[in-house]
Amino acid sequence: MSERTIIPFGPQHPVLPEPIHLDLVVEDEKVIEAIPSIGFIHRGLERLVEKKDYVDYVYVAERICGICSFIHGLTYCMAIEELMKVQVPDRAQYLRIIWSELSRIHSHLLWLGLTADSFGFESMFMQSWRLREQILDIIEETTGGRVIFGSAKIGGVRRDISSVKMDEIMKKMNVYRKDIAQLCEQFMKDQTVKHRMQGVGLLSRADAISLGAVGPMLRGSGIAQDIRSTGYSGYDRIGFTPVTETAGDCYARCMVRMREMDASFVMIEQCVGKMTDGPIEVKVTGNPAGEFFMRSEQPRGEAIYYAKANGTKFLSRLRVRTPTFANIPPLLATLAGCQLADVPVIVLTIDPCISCAER
Amino acid sequence: MGMLSRSPWVIHYDGSSCNGCDIEVLAALMPRFDVERFGVVNTGNPKHADILLLTGSINEQNKPVVLNIYNQMPEPKVVLAVGICATSGGIFRECYNVLGGVDKVLPVDVYVPGCAVRPESIIDAVVKGVGILEEKRAAFKAAGKA
Amino acid sequence: MAQQQIIEITPAELIEKVSAMKAQGQRLVQICCSKLPDHLEVAYSFDKDFAFLSYRLTLADTSTPVPSISKIYGNSFHYENEIHDLYGVEVKGISIDFKGNFYRTALKTPFNCAPEGEVKP
Repeated sequence: MSERTIIPFGPQHPVLPEPIHLDLVVEDEKVIEAIPSIGFIHRGLERLVEKKDYVDYVYVAERICGICSFIHGLTYCMAIEELMKVQVPDRAQYLRIIWSELSRIHSHLLWLGLTADSFGFESMFMQSWRLREQILDIIEETTGGRVIFGSAKIGGVRRDISSVKMDEIMKKMNVYRKDIAQLCEQFMKDQTVKHRMQGVGLLSRADAISLGAVGPMLRGSGIAQDIRSTGYSGYDRIGFTPVTETAGDCYARCMVRMREMDASFVMIEQCVGKMTDGPIEVKVTGNPAGEFFMRSEQPRGEAIYYAKANGTKFLSRLRVRTPTFANIPPLLATLAGCQLADVPVIVLTIDPCISCAER
Repeated sequence: MGMLSRSPWVIHYDGSSCNGCDIEVLAALMPRFDVERFGVVNTGNPKHADILLLTGSINEQNKPVVLNIYNQMPEPKVVLAVGICATSGGIFRECYNVLGGVDKVLPVDVYVPGCAVRPESIIDAVVKGVGILEEKRAAFKAAGKA
Repeated sequence: MAQQQIIEITPAELIEKVSAMKAQGQRLVQICCSKLPDHLEVAYSFDKDFAFLSYRLTLADTSTPVPSISKIYGNSFHYENEIHDLYGVEVKGISIDFKGNFYRTALKTPFNCAPEGEVKP
């Protein structure tokens, strides 16, 4: 039995571009406990609702996170639409799904690159980011932005995709789908990857529920919880089954994301098949009133937007609970008892997005 | 071209950005943009770095961290404020926990606008920063410090 | 859209209600505090099979302490610390109590002070 040492991890460190700080209590190489300290990128943007009216706030909501920006903007819009009883046109809903799923694919590719990099697989980082650029190209062609799409608005979407463009995109997507599947296969079959991930960072099914895990973290432990099942924004019109794995380790969480990427391609294909011509937005007048908890499934898991409005232009409260914030307690539980060298891998398998978590 | 300008080492720190700019900084490293072809190396150690690339605005919590990184870097050094949040606070300027742009705490050499900033702009900014680094180096030499 | 329900309860009932949720295998989704003109609201939201239920406490001000539910749900500690740091609501008996150092902000209890009281440092 040796002495306990505290190793500070972050905020500036080479694993993640974002600042996260953990105090790791270690005994030799074994992590006994991890204590987070957050607030490095806390901006307090929930309080901006007092200064920006409910229409302008869409821009702030999109900038809560630069990876799942579209889904953030969308969830905010859906919360307001729910308060104002706005029915969004079908075409807009399908477009919203297409952009949401494109976000999911690019986010998972980004995560794959960073995870591979966390254990020194740098060529995988380069490969997955190269494929991600192609997805970003499609996003840029359809919305005009690479990171912040700016295409969600209250009552619909801001831009349409023409059918000519759509065909062009679908042709490309079929190629990308194969490329990505091949990349995933290489990654998952690799002996080193298996060695680093299988049996590492175990989270049992019971713990996943009692610690409130969300997203791939929850589904990797065998629970088929995906908010897309509730059918928001037209997800009920396309076939969808949540992806689950049962092992509960880092490898299972990777597997969930890999399979989700493929599912996203299928969903986009379905949307394109079912889309009919029509309006892409409805005019929204008046001010919201009431309260609502809007939930959506981001690449990292379930996000909750709680909007409370009092009939004026300014909301009285907006609360954003992001998936990373919910995944911190299960992360701490999986870190306890692991080897120090496994910390970066485990941290990355929750796909942390610190700017969301601290808002 | 001097020694430094052929291979500037960059350290990146995320102040309180939304992640968008950070991801674009990383995107500048991957095969399409590949800043490494200019000899730019992304380092994690402030003592190895010539250029400090900051994204996001400054807040109470990260102020000492940013200053600490800056103070550890060897002279001459250049500071790039990447993205609109780093230049002025951007959309989050009115938040209570945001002090403002990077220039509230550090002397900024290059301001890069954009929300999110594009990888091309980041490469341009680094190239511009390298020019400034050369000037600073020359002044440094003239002052008899190197 | 799946159903959602908000039930008003008193702080004294909280532990009992939350324990009952745990026994049903519900997942604690979030704890959210809201500042309204004359009072504070704290909502504890649970989910099971997409049915979304929130228990809501109404507090006149921050002088009423709220019992911590971290003994029942281990993940509540960071929501409770958040409520304490941003609103100044006292939460009694949090398993990992950061004592006001979870968020380090320029203002004390920034979500519970008048906008005009805000002075940029």
